[in-house]
Amino acid sequence: MTDDELKIKSIHYRKKLLEYIKKANAGHTGGSLSCVDILNVLYNRILNVTPENFNNPGRDRYIQSKGHSVEALYVVLADKGFFPESELETLCKYRSHYVGHPTRKVRGIEHNSGALGHGLAFGTGVALSAKKDNADYKVYVLLGDGELVEGSNWESFLIAAHYSLDNLTAIVDRNNLQITGRTEDVCDIEPLEEKFRAFGWHVEIVDGHNVSALTDVMLKIPFEKNKPNMVIANTIKGKGVSFIENDHTWHHHVPNDQQYQQAQEELDKLLTELES
Amino acid sequence: MKFEPGTELGKANLEVFSETLMSMAKGDKNVLVVTSDSRGSGKLAPFAAVYPNQIVEVGIAEQNLVGISAGLTSTGKIVYAVSPACFLTARALEQIKNDVCYSDHPVKLIGISAGVSYGALGSTHHSTHDLAVLRAINNIVIIVPADNFETEQAIRTAAEMSHPVYIRFGKRPMYHLHNPRTKFEVGKSITIRQGPDITFIATGETVYHALMGAKLLEKQKLSCRVISMHTVKPLDTEAVLQAASDSRAMVTVEEHSVLGGLGEACATVLMEAGISIPFKIVGLPDEYTVTGSQTEIFGHYGISAQGLAETAGKLLNP
Repeated sequence: MTDDELKIKSIHYRKKLLEYIKKANAGHTGGSLSCVDILNVLYNRILNVTPENFNNPGRDRYIQSKGHSVEALYVVLADKGFFPESELETLCKYRSHYVGHPTRKVRGIEHNSGALGHGLAFGTGVALSAKKDNADYKVYVLLGDGELVEGSNWESFLIAAHYSLDNLTAIVDRNNLQITGRTEDVCDIEPLEEKFRAFGWHVEIVDGHNVSALTDVMLKIPFEKNKPNMVIANTIKGKGVSFIENDHTWHHHVPNDQQYQQAQEELDKLLTELES
Repeated sequence: MKFEPGTELGKANLEVFSETLMSMAKGDKNVLVVTSDSRGSGKLAPFAAVYPNQIVEVGIAEQNLVGISAGLTSTGKIVYAVSPACFLTARALEQIKNDVCYSDHPVKLIGISAGVSYGALGSTHHSTHDLAVLRAINNIVIIVPADNFETEQAIRTAAEMSHPVYIRFGKRPMYHLHNPRTKFEVGKSITIRQGPDITFIATGETVYHALMGAKLLEKQKLSCRVISMHTVKPLDTEAVLQAASDSRAMVTVEEHSVLGGLGEACATVLMEAGISIPFKIVGLPDEYTVTGSQTEIFGHYGISAQGLAETAGKLLNP
């Protein structure tokens, strides 16, 4: 798949996730839009995970610690054939398996998440197991930047470095916003790069919306022998829709009819530009 | 020689736990122990020496302990996550709820030095809440073994279980309560002694005291049934109902708060069945416990032969 084809896919994913958030009248709009290019690159270029090999112990693992951005994950998994996209019509509806945070009831999901600060410890356990078995699969964990204030993450940063887990990659969706406002106003987490380095991780920083750059950085993993891999992906919360971008009030806001139409039109325009 | 429950002192359940793990690890490299700086208190130093590749140390980080154990388990490992019960079930409760139970990764959570085993170290080190909080979490079996036999059986059975389990025990030597031919089954209590007057339903390290209380009551011509309710969840409701129908009074005993533990579980069964008999929950009251050793704390709150005999006697002669 070419970069352009991947970029077009990203727009389709954005349109879809907005469609299902609108239908469900629930969802995490801003964060799903910020991480969707990362998921696109992982599932279409990096991960050795398919519906066919999902029960194979040697598959790569993707764990979404920032579980609230599940709508992005659902549309990508549907696109990859883990389940029929039509099932997303039931998102957040009575008795649906498509809950507002990831659960293993949905094929393709490794771990139930949503409470923040859990995914990295789980991923660390999986990566440790791979090392013990001399298996060559890799583990990728997506973290939110607001989530980094959860102390449990730092327990995992310490121990992953202690065990030299170079098969473990954490990706921070660094969109600078959380539900209350700017991450730096809520609790200053910078300087992130220095902190992760000090904790023994090899850090790479990338534009989290540039599929080419994301691909390049992911293909370099392991960055350094015996060190866990950290990718700080600089992103824009709400990326792709002008009035949602960089506005924390869209954390879990659902567009009204007029906003929804405008969002789809903006994405269609981007699509037309890319396709031409 | 006929086996007489409660007469022969065995090992600490903690020692039996570590010996059982050693024997299990011998033939199966998938058996892993994860510790949070707790290999000493878990008597796991010999295990670490013999099977260094089968022990994972995470440092003093209980949340990480449980999350990492869930991850290891998800890949097919048989994982025993070992930490003092007080920290395991409080500090890491959200990890137990989400990463183990909700995600259904069958981690074997081992709460060592449970209840008031740490005695005079104080309430920070006591776990008198664990049964209550875990009872309210879906998809976890709770086992509180009373003696060496129940401990070994619980640890071995846990390996076969495809859903999460919590096993908690203390560190004092325990009297043997069962002969080795006894059948151990998760969710099925074991009746140690029969008697028509009063039933003691006890769990864990209090079972011995209930048995001794029953022996004292014998001198008052009261014959007591003593049940070891090693599985607190799912509860053996059949045994509770049968005991209520066969007895004139019932006393539950646990090394746990009287709120939300075995006693309330049994009371619920009786209430919902419309059964009313004289009934008393013996455990730790809703207060920070008195300072003392485990035995002293037990004695202070009536978890002793004398205390339980008095409590039971009063139920029949108020």
